[in-house]
Order: sequence, then structure tokens, then C-alpha cells
Amino acid sequence: MADLLLSTRGLLKRFGGLVATNLLDLDIVEGEIHAVIGPNGAGKTTLVAQLAGELAPDAGTIRFAGSDITRDPPARRAAHGLARSFQVTTVFSEFSVLDNVALAVQVRAGHSFRFWRPARHDPALREPARARLAEVGLADRAEVAAGTLAHGEKRALEMAMVLATNPRLLLLDEPMAGMGPEDSARMVQLLARLKGQVTILLIEHDMDAVFALADRITVLVYGQAIATGTPEAIRQNPAVLAAYLGEETA
Amino acid sequence: MPPRGMRRAELIGLAALALVPPLAAALGQPFYVDLFTRIMIFAIAAVSLDLILGYGGMVSFGHAAYLGIGSYAVGILAYYGITNGFLQFAVAIAGAAAAALLIGFVSLRTSGVYFIMITLAFGQMIYFLCESLNQFGGDNGLNITEHSNFAGLLDLDNGTTLYFLVLACLALCLSLGGRLVESRFGLGLRGTKSNARRMEALGLPTFRYRLTAFVIAGAIGGLAGALLANQTLFLSPSIMHWTRSGEIMMMVILGGMGTLFGPVLGAAAYLLLENVLSGLTTHWQAILGPLLVLLVLFSRGGILGAFTSFARRRRG
Repeated sequence: MADLLLSTRGLLKRFGGLVATNLLDLDIVEGEIHAVIGPNGAGKTTLVAQLAGELAPDAGTIRFAGSDITRDPPARRAAHGLARSFQVTTVFSEFSVLDNVALAVQVRAGHSFRFWRPARHDPALREPARARLAEVGLADRAEVAAGTLAHGEKRALEMAMVLATNPRLLLLDEPMAGMGPEDSARMVQLLARLKGQVTILLIEHDMDAVFALADRITVLVYGQAIATGTPEAIRQNPAVLAAYLGEETA
Repeated sequence: MPPRGMRRAELIGLAALALVPPLAAALGQPFYVDLFTRIMIFAIAAVSLDLILGYGGMVSFGHAAYLGIGSYAVGILAYYGITNGFLQFAVAIAGAAAAALLIGFVSLRTSGVYFIMITLAFGQMIYFLCESLNQFGGDNGLNITEHSNFAGLLDLDNGTTLYFLVLACLALCLSLGGRLVESRFGLGLRGTKSNARRMEALGLPTFRYRLTAFVIAGAIGGLAGALLANQTLFLSPSIMHWTRSGEIMMMVILGGMGTLFGPVLGAAAYLLLENVLSGLTTHWQAILGPLLVLLVLFSRGGILGAFTSFARRRRG
């Protein structure tokens, strides 16, 4: 088997009586796009929050690139190469688009305890930031305030920021949420281009996108993985069909 | 306002301040030198609060504590006959920084209203501590018999010399602060204010950056306190009462948060209004209060914001 980049063992998270993550074992292989799908309330966002370090699991372990990161805070995980996007787009609204990405480059470049040189004129930050913007198709929006971007553009900007941290693993929490068909198509293209360069854990409701992009899919229901496999295998899995049919008739 | 326009406004403001002593002398009103010395000292404190409030989103309600620590450092050393200004100022700044490190280390684990309340509580703790120091006058305060002595280089008995020392400190704070907020550190701090969760997710451990900013602001507050002790030659716990913290915050908001120069205007406006109104009536606070509310309501960017939008409208 290829190298495991991220793996969880016995991951457990309870909210009162609700078990959001139920003894989950998940393996992400280096280089793959691994989609996690499931009906609403399956615990997808809770899973992302635990992987990113914003929520502490009640039990279980998370290993990333060979080390146990279960207790690491978000910033340390990010520094190790675990980057995430948010379900609700989060950019620095008052800053320009370029400033946003340059800030991500800056964080990647090491500590920011530098008090003197003006960071906004530092080519070591601006040039890579421009390159990332070009990659996501925002090159001509560089000087605009990020808060004024359209929704699809903000999503693209967030991708540029995440990519600027040179991650080993991207945690994408519904990157297509709320997007029109055009923006969605553009995002699918971008993710397809990234395939192979960076490992991606993709949480997404858009099944066309998931089946087009994913190498493997894990189906989450009530915090448990009921199936993991290639898109073809998942499509024909009776348990998956039952879960989704149950969801649709309800 | 673009940074260049801000620089120009700042330079004009500082140049105008440099003209106050000769003008006051020409008008035979030396009182104004004293008033503007006080304004600039509070401007330094307000600029330091703006660093964490306007750029870091930290609503610290105990900022007068650093002013007090700076004052008490100078006053207590003078009480024991140590009047070396370099030593006094170093102790004032280091003492305030150390207090800020301790207060920030605890307070920055909270946010929102809790942060406001806990900084307020720390401020009051230091206030009551100083009030209980009976040896140094306790509640009544203590006269300082001598100015800080800078090896004979500066004669602070002379009001004009003190004035220019304070002006130099203010200019230094503005220019260093201006560099700071545009540096990598400054942008990281501002990103933290804008969206701390995003910043963490990018890999920046926000706590230590906010704490560092908090300590820098405290240190500058200590400097303002040391200058204040030299102006008033009097130690009193009242300089760190929580209402004083509120006044400094008012100066920042009134002048324009997140601009550094705005708080200078805010300090001037606040103390000038106080001065004028208290000459008219003993109930001057009843006028000042509503006036401030109106100013803040109708100009969200403070005084500087009002100027900026006025200039933009004339141009556009």
C-alpha cells in the first residue's frame, strides 16, 4: 500500500447524547483525492474540525505524516502542512486580495516576529502571492478589497491562500457550497489540476464533482464510515444506496 | 486615508505641536505649554492603546495601569533619591512591560466581554495596590521632589525642555508604530484582528503575536507614565483609576481607531474640551458626555475619519 499521509484510529466525539464521530478509522493515502460524503448531520464538519485541531476528540488518535498530532493546536498542524478551507468562506475582508495571499505566504515563510521592514513591499511575499492568484484566476483582482469580491471569487481566493501555505494535505470543507454552475466548474478544474500534486480530503455535497474528482470515497453516516472505496465501488454499494435512499425519502 | 496622506497629516500635526511653545511665549500664555505637554503624554498612551485596540482588536480596559506603573517607577525611585533619568525611564518601561506580560498572558486566553472585564479587573487591582502603599502617600498621593536627571543633558525643570522631550517621544512612537503596523508582525497582528480562526488555520500561533503587541503597548504606556510623573511631580493612584482607562479608550475612538495619528487628535480634542468646558461650568462632564456620544455616532471613523471623508468628497 502507498504511504499513509493521514490516519485516524478510533476517533470519537460526543456532543451530549449525540455521537458525532463514532470510532472512526480513516486512511488518506499520499497523493489521492479522498472524498468524504454523507447525509446532513453525518458528522463531516465535526470530522474536519477535529482533523484541523479546532475540536479535541474525546478518544482516538490522529496521525499525520508519521507523527501523532491528536493534541496539536491548529497553527502547529498548519505549519506541518495540513491546510484547510472553511465551509463559510473566511478571508481577511479589509485587506486587498493580494494582501490576503501574501499573508499566507508570510506565515509559511516562518515566524512573523519582524518589526521593521514594510511587508507590503517585500517581493519575497508579493511575487509568490501573485503566482498563486494567477493559478486560481484572480490575477486581475489583486488590488481589490477582499470583502468586495463575489462569492465564487472569495472561494477562489481562499484556495489561493491555502495553496500559498504549500500544504501536504488540503482539507476542503464544501468548497463548492453556494456556488453557481460556472464557478463550480472552475473549482472542479482547479482541483483536477491539483490532483497528484497535493493530497486532498474533500467534503462535498455536489456528487457530480465528487465522482469526477475522487480517487476514493468514504461514506459517513451517523459518524461512522459505512463504506470506503473507488467511486465505482461506492456507486454500487448496497449500504450506501440504502443510506442515501433513506435520506431522500425522509 | 492612504499611508502617504496619513504621513503628511502626521508631519503637519507634529510641526504644529512644535510651534506651541514659541506661540505661547509670544502670547504670554505659558499655561498652554503645560496643557499641550499633558495632551501629548496622553496622546502617547492613546497611540499605544491603538496599537492593540485598533490593530489587534484587543479591547483592553486597563490601559491606565501602565501609565500608573510608569509614574510610580519614577516617583518611588525619586523617593529613594535615585533621580537618574535613564535608570528611572528604563525601570518605568520595563516595569510596565512586565506587568503587561503577566496581565496579557492571563487575559488573552479570553475574548470579547471577558477580555474587557479581566483587563479592567487587573487595572483596578493595580490601582488598589498603589492606593494601599501608605509609605508613598497611599490615597493622598506623594510629591516628587525632583525631575528625572538625564546626566545634565536635559533640564526638565524647564517646561519647554520637558515639552520637547515629550514631543520627541510622541514622534518616535508614531514613527516606530507606523513601521510596526506595516511590518510582517503588524500584518500578522491585523490578520488576527480580522479573522483569528483563519490566521490559526494558516499556521500562525496568534496568542504569542497578540501577547507581544500587548507588551509593546504596555511598555509605551509606561513611558507615558514616566513623562507624566515629570510633568505633575506628583504620584497619585487616581492616574490609574478605571475611569482614566476609559478616557484613554475614548481618545482612541474619538480620534479614529487603527490610524495611530487619530488618537493624537482624540487626546487633543478630549483634553481641550475638558479644559474649555470646565472653565465654563462645574458640571462640564454633563456637556462633554453627550458631545462625545454625538461625535462617535456621527463620525464612525472618529475625527480623522471625518476629515478623510470630507477631503474625499471635495476631491470627488
